[in-house]
Amino acid sequence: MSEKTAKIKVFRGDEKGGEYKEYDVPLFEGMVVLDAIHHIQATADNTLAVRWNCKAGKCGSCGGEINGKPRLMCMTRMDTLPLDKPITVEPMKTFPVIKDLVCDVSWNFEINKKIPPFKPKAPLADGTWRFSQEDADRVQEFRKCIECFLCQNVCHVLRNHKKEEFAGPRFLVRLASLEMHPLDVEDRLSLIKEAFHIGLCNITKCCTEVCPEHITITDNAIIPLKERVVSRFYDPIAKFWQKLFAKNDVTK
Amino acid sequence: MARLAPNTMFKSGLGTTQRKDNWWLQPVLVVFGLGSFGIYSTWAALQGNHYAFGPYLSPFYSPLFIFDWWHWSPALLILWAPLGFRATCYYYRKAYYRAFFADPPACAVGELAEHRYSGETKFPFILQNIHRFFFYLAAIFIFILSYDAYEAFWFDGHFGIGVGSLVLTANALFLGLYTFSCHSFRHLIGGKRDCFSNCSLAKAQYKTWSIVSILNQRHMLWAWISLCTVGFADVYIRLCAMGIIHDIRII
Ligand code: SF4
Ligand code: SF4
Ligand code: FES
Ligand code: FES
Repeated sequence: MSEKTAKIKVFRGDEKGGEYKEYDVPLFEGMVVLDAIHHIQATADNTLAVRWNCKAGKCGSCGGEINGKPRLMCMTRMDTLPLDKPITVEPMKTFPVIKDLVCDVSWNFEINKKIPPFKPKAPLADGTWRFSQEDADRVQEFRKCIECFLCQNVCHVLRNHKKEEFAGPRFLVRLASLEMHPLDVEDRLSLIKEAFHIGLCNITKCCTEVCPEHITITDNAIIPLKERVVSRFYDPIAKFWQKLFAKNDVTK
Repeated sequence: MARLAPNTMFKSGLGTTQRKDNWWLQPVLVVFGLGSFGIYSTWAALQGNHYAFGPYLSPFYSPLFIFDWWHWSPALLILWAPLGFRATCYYYRKAYYRAFFADPPACAVGELAEHRYSGETKFPFILQNIHRFFFYLAAIFIFILSYDAYEAFWFDGHFGIGVGSLVLTANALFLGLYTFSCHSFRHLIGGKRDCFSNCSLAKAQYKTWSIVSILNQRHMLWAWISLCTVGFADVYIRLCAMGIIHDIRII
């Protein structure tokens, strides 16, 4: 029985540069790209570096670029890729490469530290907090994030324009989940505009296209935050209204 | 301090990518779609004639203002409002930033090397922030165009249905879906709240926000369908008015 094989073209190198190397891997039922990388490690070259952990699309470690598209290696099945040409596997290009498919995503953690944490309002008389499901729905979507940073990787503001002051889609999602939280009383709107530079996002939606958790990043997190920024900073009528009734929940 | 990778590691520049799919197809279709609508609507708006036939009024010319002191096409008095609405629409922004500005042309596809970029933080794009004011105007237009659609069923005081009546009705319907699925509307109608359960007004806002959210998921679809219906309505009425085609009366 002749074995079916695929050609894989893998980036090999570090932050100084590198080259693409081609490997043949045998195919099997249900195989994913991460399996192919493991096969290369096991049989052809055990110095090939890759970061992974769960192989179930939940730890967010194995992000890379497969045929040019930012994806999780463990969730990309080989039978969904065209096999007539070699499959390119590269690290996420927005972050510095440490070795081969592993890159240094620590810039993201620096951004994360700048976000003011959850600040709950005073508890009810019985010392607890309660809110209902309809309050939680919106925020729950954002909690699905596995921090794979594929959205940060694909965002052209970071990828092409290298705007290191821009928080990026992942952290706009986190900011949205805090800002829309029914119990949170911290006000982050000025920071969202001035420190996290939401205005740099031009809503071209690549983050939404690549998110493996299918979070509607642009429509449900970024655009609603942009609208809140408009109410606070660009809308004289809303300002007047807020002054008049002084009980607007955007300003809390 | 941790950093992003410099642009020199991998090949960059306009159109550079390892993608093997037809990523260029979508921007090409958008350029074709918006380009042809732009050319036709500019031409039609400048004509200043053939915009009405029987009880039908072209949406490019509604509401119709005729003043002695205005010597150009009456369309120019009103079209800036729907134009501004679409130009600042969150969906169209995505479409033209990608297709016309290649910023980015498609996801994970390179841009013009090293061009300056300030997103929507500087003039002119900072003006996108006034989208909600165009929404208020567009909402008024929906009522006017719905009235036009109603009028299109009355032929010399008698009720009737012509193909044009249906065209104008479909146009008002799809423009309504487009307008009321707007992201700004979704914010104003309830999305601005953090709490949806603490009082009766919040419950009502939660309902309206939920409905608008459902429409909003198809915002791009409504944008394109309504663009087609509004263009087609003008073409249809223009051709009838020029005597090139005959409006078929159903009733
Ligand atoms: S929508 Fe905004 S945040 Fe998302 S990828 Fe595009 S520019 Fe980046
Ligand atoms: S938002 Fe989606 S793409 Fe971005 S880090 Fe979270 S899971 Fe990954
Ligand atoms: S290995 Fe955990 S997400 Fe792929
Ligand atoms: S977002 Fe498209 S019309 Fe408002």
